[in-house]
Amino acid sequence: MTTISESSKNLDMSLSNDRARVLKSLVFSDTLFSFATRAAAYAVLLLLAGIIISLIVGAWPAMKAFGFEFLVIQRWAPQLEPEPVLGALAPIYGTLVSSFIAMLIAVPFGLGIAIFLTELCPHSIRRPIRLAIELLAGIPSIIYGMWGFFVLGPFLANYIEPSIVAAVVNIPVLNSIFSGEMVSNLSLFNASLILAIMILPFITAIAVDVFSTVPPVLKEAAYGIGCTTWEVVNNVVLPFTRVGVVGGVMLALGRALGETMAVTFIIGNSFKITGSIFAPSTTISAAIASEFAESEGLHQSALILLGLLLFVLTFIVLATARFMLMRLEKRAGA
Amino acid sequence: MKFSTLIAAGFALAASVSVAFAEDISGAGATFPYPIYSKWADAYKKVSGVGLNYQSIGSGAGRKQIQAKTVTFGATDIPQKEEYLNTNGFVQFPMVMGGIVAIVNLEGVAGGDLVLDGDTLANIYLGKVKTWDDAAISKLNPKSKLPSLPIIVIRRSDGSGTTFNFTTYLSAVSADFKKSVGAGEAVEWPVGIGAAGNAGVAANVMQTKGSIGYVEYAYATQNGLAWTDMVNSAGKRVKPTLSSFKAAAAKGDWANAKNFYLILANSPGEASWPMMATTFILMYAQPSDPAASSAALKYFDWAYSNGGKMAEDLDYVPMPDSVIAQVRSAWKGIAK
Repeated sequence: MTTISESSKNLDMSLSNDRARVLKSLVFSDTLFSFATRAAAYAVLLLLAGIIISLIVGAWPAMKAFGFEFLVIQRWAPQLEPEPVLGALAPIYGTLVSSFIAMLIAVPFGLGIAIFLTELCPHSIRRPIRLAIELLAGIPSIIYGMWGFFVLGPFLANYIEPSIVAAVVNIPVLNSIFSGEMVSNLSLFNASLILAIMILPFITAIAVDVFSTVPPVLKEAAYGIGCTTWEVVNNVVLPFTRVGVVGGVMLALGRALGETMAVTFIIGNSFKITGSIFAPSTTISAAIASEFAESEGLHQSALILLGLLLFVLTFIVLATARFMLMRLEKRAGA
Repeated sequence: MKFSTLIAAGFALAASVSVAFAEDISGAGATFPYPIYSKWADAYKKVSGVGLNYQSIGSGAGRKQIQAKTVTFGATDIPQKEEYLNTNGFVQFPMVMGGIVAIVNLEGVAGGDLVLDGDTLANIYLGKVKTWDDAAISKLNPKSKLPSLPIIVIRRSDGSGTTFNFTTYLSAVSADFKKSVGAGEAVEWPVGIGAAGNAGVAANVMQTKGSIGYVEYAYATQNGLAWTDMVNSAGKRVKPTLSSFKAAAAKGDWANAKNFYLILANSPGEASWPMMATTFILMYAQPSDPAASSAALKYFDWAYSNGGKMAEDLDYVPMPDSVIAQVRSAWKGIAK
């Protein structure tokens, strides 16, 4: 008996020695691994800080020259002598309005598709539709720009917009929003429509994901007491997923605010606030894209300041989205 | 702009990059002379074995590249003033000229059917002449029946040498335009849609009914766009042809233009086309790489001597012999 316990004790000893050695090497590799990942994560923070600092440095001359008036000046006259007059109001207006119209179109469509896919769609066509929407998200924005320029813009300008203009020509307010004075292939509305198509997949994908977090028992209970599909969606699914849906919508808004290439192609690049959505306009990113290469001095600095403004705007939108998604996760966990 | 043209341009660019060797001449700048520079370069490579690596990135960007010394020469459609040249130690000389035309998209209107004068064109770009049946236009074109369509003004969204030359002309003929817009690479347009590049303006005019734009002449002919005739400073109606471009070019007083600073806008003479552009080369007087610099000069020298016909084939106007002689003597200021 004793011999057995002796030998098992010995075995224990050697095992614990082995174990210590193995653990030690594990600790080393673990430390190394944690250090490497930490360095990567901090590098992102450094990079972000570097970008912000260089934007501020680049934008400084324009900040000093224009101050807060930069936000309210409507003119964009880079060649004016002796000092250029540059203001961000027109591009900010174009960015906000185009994103707003895009959301106005894309949110109902995107949510409608998501509801159809999760609640109503027969299984056989669910996959093809989801795939098509995901492919929509994969199309490069330059393709959207070219398609908008060659196909969508002329189609809208020749067949759709003139009849809208004619329909509202005698209705006050509407006839200035849908003014026929400048109907052309390139306009704020056409850009917004392209933007709507581009952000649709984001809204749909996130909405489908959050809709499927609704516990089936809730829906079944609602159906059990005789609710229609509309009532289930309106009273069970949407209230349960509200925060997540809003988060997804905000992510899409972030994309819409910063979209550059497609918008530059079809918005018309005009620094005028006309009030009509059929008139050409510009956005912050379109202005930077079309003018940066040939800009100098204060003009260039003002473009960088525009970039900084867009950065801040997008940051606020994305932070709000993150915050809302975080609240959703908390609730799902509870 | 056809897709095929775009694709062809893409291939041409790819090809020119792939054959670029270390001893190739490097340059960057204006897009307007890019077609002729690359045509010359092809021919020059056959006789000399030296190629050209030209980045057609725009006049302003070209000036930045030469200032940063990443290229041997910079190309700009905007002549630079003495102060700028002296500060940077640049030598400036003109390489080739071309005409700018107004292009329109109106049903049943072909190239040369319409005529505009400078004042009307300026008023269109000021937003004062709003429709095609405006009295100012119909007075000039009594025979044409023009529709009561709004004029959709197309102009450049990027800074551009073409815009500089176009607005210089409009400022020369219209005091109104000079006062409220002025001349420059990127001006504050009161109306219109902005399109990127000569090709972008051409494509927009092609796509938009009732539109008007301005491009280098070659872009109008290549895309089959309807250009307008112009009334020149002598009050005569002229067509955009090589001979009217040459007539305008011949009026340039290059002999008295210091550093070749000359803008050919609204040239006098009964046969002169009023809207012209000249493209210039910038090089260092004291190059950091004299071998590369003299290789570039050899190419330009060859182009002056042998490139005239090729330029005319592409609707550019070669520099007159007297100017070429002047340029060659200016080259003495570049250290070998």
